[in-house]
Amino acid sequence: MLRFTIRRLLQMIPTIFVVALLIFFIFSIVPGSFAATLFSDGRADADPELIARLNREFGLDRPLWERILTYFGDLLRFDLGTSFRTRLPVTEMINQRIWASLELAVAAMVFAVVIGVPLGFMAALRPGSVLDTVTMIGAVSGLSLPQFWLGLLLMMLFALHLGWLPSFGYGDGAFRNLVLPAIALGVTPLALLARTTRAGVLDVLNSDFIRTAHSKGMSEPQVVRWHVARNALVLIVTTVGLQFGSLIGQAVVIEKLFAWPGIGSLLVDSVAIRDIPVVQGTILVIVLWFLVINTAVDLLYAAIDPRIKQG
Amino acid sequence: MKLGFNLIFGGFLTALVIFGGLFAGWLAPFDPVFDANLMNAEIPPGAEFWFGTDMQGRDIYTRILYGAQISLTVGIVSQLINTVIGVVLGMTAGYWGGWWDDLVNGLTNVMLAIPSLIFALAVMAVLGPGLVSLLIALGLTNWSWTCRIARSSTLSLKSQGYVQAAQTLGYSDLRIMFTQILPNMMGPILVMATLGMGGAVLAEAALSFLGLGIQPPFPSWGSMLTDARDTMRLAPWAAIFPGLAIFLAVLGFNLLGDGLRDSLDPHMRTRKL
Repeated sequence: MLRFTIRRLLQMIPTIFVVALLIFFIFSIVPGSFAATLFSDGRADADPELIARLNREFGLDRPLWERILTYFGDLLRFDLGTSFRTRLPVTEMINQRIWASLELAVAAMVFAVVIGVPLGFMAALRPGSVLDTVTMIGAVSGLSLPQFWLGLLLMMLFALHLGWLPSFGYGDGAFRNLVLPAIALGVTPLALLARTTRAGVLDVLNSDFIRTAHSKGMSEPQVVRWHVARNALVLIVTTVGLQFGSLIGQAVVIEKLFAWPGIGSLLVDSVAIRDIPVVQGTILVIVLWFLVINTAVDLLYAAIDPRIKQG
Repeated sequence: MKLGFNLIFGGFLTALVIFGGLFAGWLAPFDPVFDANLMNAEIPPGAEFWFGTDMQGRDIYTRILYGAQISLTVGIVSQLINTVIGVVLGMTAGYWGGWWDDLVNGLTNVMLAIPSLIFALAVMAVLGPGLVSLLIALGLTNWSWTCRIARSSTLSLKSQGYVQAAQTLGYSDLRIMFTQILPNMMGPILVMATLGMGGAVLAEAALSFLGLGIQPPFPSWGSMLTDARDTMRLAPWAAIFPGLAIFLAVLGFNLLGDGLRDSLDPHMRTRKL
């Protein structure tokens, strides 16, 4: 297990390296200089002297290979550069925002698991029933639902119409402010979890060892508890993990809609004003998050199911 | 091919979106951009304005029909780009193997490590907002799954008798790939492209909603929702109908993709929905 863990962790390094390189190049082939777009107001061009000074200040006037070396040198020291706009270190700006994102992602995932897994389970135990049909129609609808539209509708109903919950903002971390964005963000993983759980449980129910368990006289609840739940768990844990990894990417729109101070809204705001160091930094952090969670899921998977390690 | 519920209902919704988009000019009672009249602002749905009007007095029904053109263009073109990239890379990687295979595999893994909306955002940040940027951004985002499927299909098709016969006959590699292998993996590729269209429509709506996609005054379903957000209290219909259009279009593509998979792959048929 230790060797497997180390091997999986080492596999992350080249991926991170290439992603960092890719992000660097995407933002280096841009036509025109960033300083120019940063200061032009759309009517007149920015003062050339000002552009030259900014290019010098941020090292944009140096050759590409030199900038790559500086970039990776800084990355190794966990330095993501300085924001064009605020002049603050990017790591500091991300650090201020990432906890709110984490909070939102965890809340959305809890909402999805608590509702999605039992629904999928019950649907699979009674295939073809009304509950099953309704759950599956709900699941396929949930996967097609634009989260930000659901967010708008929730806002309209619970904040504007009924006045039960605040329509947007962080509210210093109050639970009331978390509810609506978490539901809007959680609906996609919820739908996916219900669907995967149902498929996983049905798969297990149709396998030979369940027939054996029944024929040796185990009662239905015993079979479900001992065999079905444990075997379906592997698939559920994987889905939860993978969804959790991609949630922070999906959260971008929801954070923006609800004015949630996470790194998703930081990314969108920085894209709009072309604050490239912040854009690069947030994307890198989001990818890193995604990779770390995926690796953790792989490791967990191997711990639950020893057959994986050999493969 | 068995016609299931998914295929029929998904096909119906998709046909509806295509019909609305293609014939928007005939179906729409107004102009989507120029028929703005503040005297008509925020009128609830009724006989004259079926889905009501927005804050600038434009007919929402009209704008949704024209919005279908944008969603369809983005969905179809971006998936064409994705499919071509994915098939060419995956097929050549699976057929030739060696260092090329390693390179394609590495690239696929990197692409899978970047959440697709985030990658699209990065590309939009570089290219700036607009339809062409959207097509490029979403066309470069989602080819990795197609590539994986094309690669594994090629690997298993490579050892088939007819492929080996073609090799013996001295056909060139490219001719074998495009005449012997490609036609036999079109099924799963088509399924991926259909499901991808749903994803692209969602992503376009999200990016336009964020103000990074289609720019006003052109009617994208996503940007219509941005405007509606400010007038939610007075004109809730402006927030309801464009979102419903996105939902039904994406649902259509998803059901169609699921239905195609169920019909093309007999193993999947036992699992409904």
